[in-house]
Amino acid sequence: MKRFKEIIGLGMLGLSAVIVVLFLGIIIFDITTKGVGVINWNFLTDFPREGMTKGGIFPAVVGTVFVTIITTLFSIPFGVCAAIYLSEYAKEGGMTSLIRAAIRNLAGVPSIIYGLFGVALFVQGLHFGTSVLSAGLTLGLLTLPWIIATSEEALKTVPQSYREGALALGATKWQSIYSNVLPYALPGILTGSILGLSRAAGETAPILFTGVVFSLPSLPDSVFDQFMALPYHLYILSTQHHAIEQVRPLAYGTALVLIVLVFTMNMAAIILRYRLRKKFQV
Amino acid sequence: MRDFIYKDKIVTKDLNLFYGEKQILKKTNFKIPQNSITAIIGPSGCGKSTLLRCMNRMNDLLPGMRIEGQILFDGKDIYTNGVDVVEIRRKIGMVFQRPNPFPKTIYDNIVYGLKIKGLKDKKKNDEIVERSLKNSGLWEEVKDRLHTSALQLSGGQQQRLCITRALAIEPEVILMDEPCSALDPSSTLKVEELMQELKKRYTIILVTHNMQQAARVSDLTGFLYLGELIEFGKTTKIFTNPKEKLTENYITGRFG
Repeated sequence: MKRFKEIIGLGMLGLSAVIVVLFLGIIIFDITTKGVGVINWNFLTDFPREGMTKGGIFPAVVGTVFVTIITTLFSIPFGVCAAIYLSEYAKEGGMTSLIRAAIRNLAGVPSIIYGLFGVALFVQGLHFGTSVLSAGLTLGLLTLPWIIATSEEALKTVPQSYREGALALGATKWQSIYSNVLPYALPGILTGSILGLSRAAGETAPILFTGVVFSLPSLPDSVFDQFMALPYHLYILSTQHHAIEQVRPLAYGTALVLIVLVFTMNMAAIILRYRLRKKFQV
Repeated sequence: MRDFIYKDKIVTKDLNLFYGEKQILKKTNFKIPQNSITAIIGPSGCGKSTLLRCMNRMNDLLPGMRIEGQILFDGKDIYTNGVDVVEIRRKIGMVFQRPNPFPKTIYDNIVYGLKIKGLKDKKKNDEIVERSLKNSGLWEEVKDRLHTSALQLSGGQQQRLCITRALAIEPEVILMDEPCSALDPSSTLKVEELMQELKKRYTIILVTHNMQQAARVSDLTGFLYLGELIEFGKTTKIFTNPKEKLTENYITGRFG
């Protein structure tokens, strides 16, 4: 009887895992088979032509990369510094717990709320207009809680003895953090950050009102220009186009490129973590 | 370097320590002479490690810790305002219970304290590394692999590396918090021999759980019980003819 229960339990767990992987597999298989046909060099390097029914997605790729770079430059430094403060300097107590709880909750706020907040703060408040900058900063806000939370986790896993050992040798607090804590937390910090950024790269709602447009005559050449982005392009192609059936393959192609982009970032995170771990184990 | 042989290096005066509401140390008074080994013994939780960690202000890291009384280092209170804590910790080195080499090379572990002090002269640092390793007796064992990971050393070697690391910055006092509790008997013996060697130039304060060790290596012994210093005096006296009944019961193994 005990053994029977054991088998049932294990079966349930295994089944759940299979179902999850199955769905993921179906999505990837479906998009790949339907999208791979349109992908060629031209699709990646050409502008959309003839009302998006022909041509490629070059400006959307460039726009997504551009906006992600701005997000990175904004959210990683601020996020990591905030995490260092919370983990190493902040005195434990009501205020710190409150800040931590607020950060956790912010991570769960729907992305459209960030979009509207971005409009109010960056587009109108700071007069950045609808631009790559406004959109990048809005995505930055969206990823900040994630980056802070994962970086703090990474810092907490560094053994206390590394800090104490450094302090006992006459290191200042910052010296001990810089030389004996950050290097060992770096793999975790970077992985968390990249995963957060890869999520931001696929977001639509936060950039919807802050800078993305469905068509551009030329690439953005400053941070104050508007831009095209893959997730929004996909949204247009699949729901807003006048000839949806005709552009369907292009939509699948766009989806495939977006998925590959996000997967590449996640893979990069895994490889980076692996390499850094090896490096710092000496 | 020495003013005179029995100069008091570290003195605690009516030292009280509170952690939150709880009083950990009660009016402890120590006088620790220069170039001696002082052992602090007592049952678990009696406050020996806490006392040790007061002496280089490592307890500053604990939230909710409060201190009353004084700790004098060379006659100066290390808890008054304006004291440079970093300077104190350079002069009063510490070796921890578990060997805690950094996950760096052997060489980098030893020069860590020098580098953060701003000493980057490679040639000088090389000399200091060699000298410190010779002082700690580790040189012959590691001289061919200075640039390999310190984590590949055995536990005993790691602990001696931590002592080497502390020696490299030329401290005056070395605090040892149960340095042999994670080591096997032969490594323990090596560390104890090293202490005898080091005592010629440094003042050593040793917290230990092991009464045989205290009897073997120390000149003075303090017995701490529930935060109170029950008895403090020459090791030979404490172990052969203790004044207090409590001390006698502890060293004869009636409790602990």
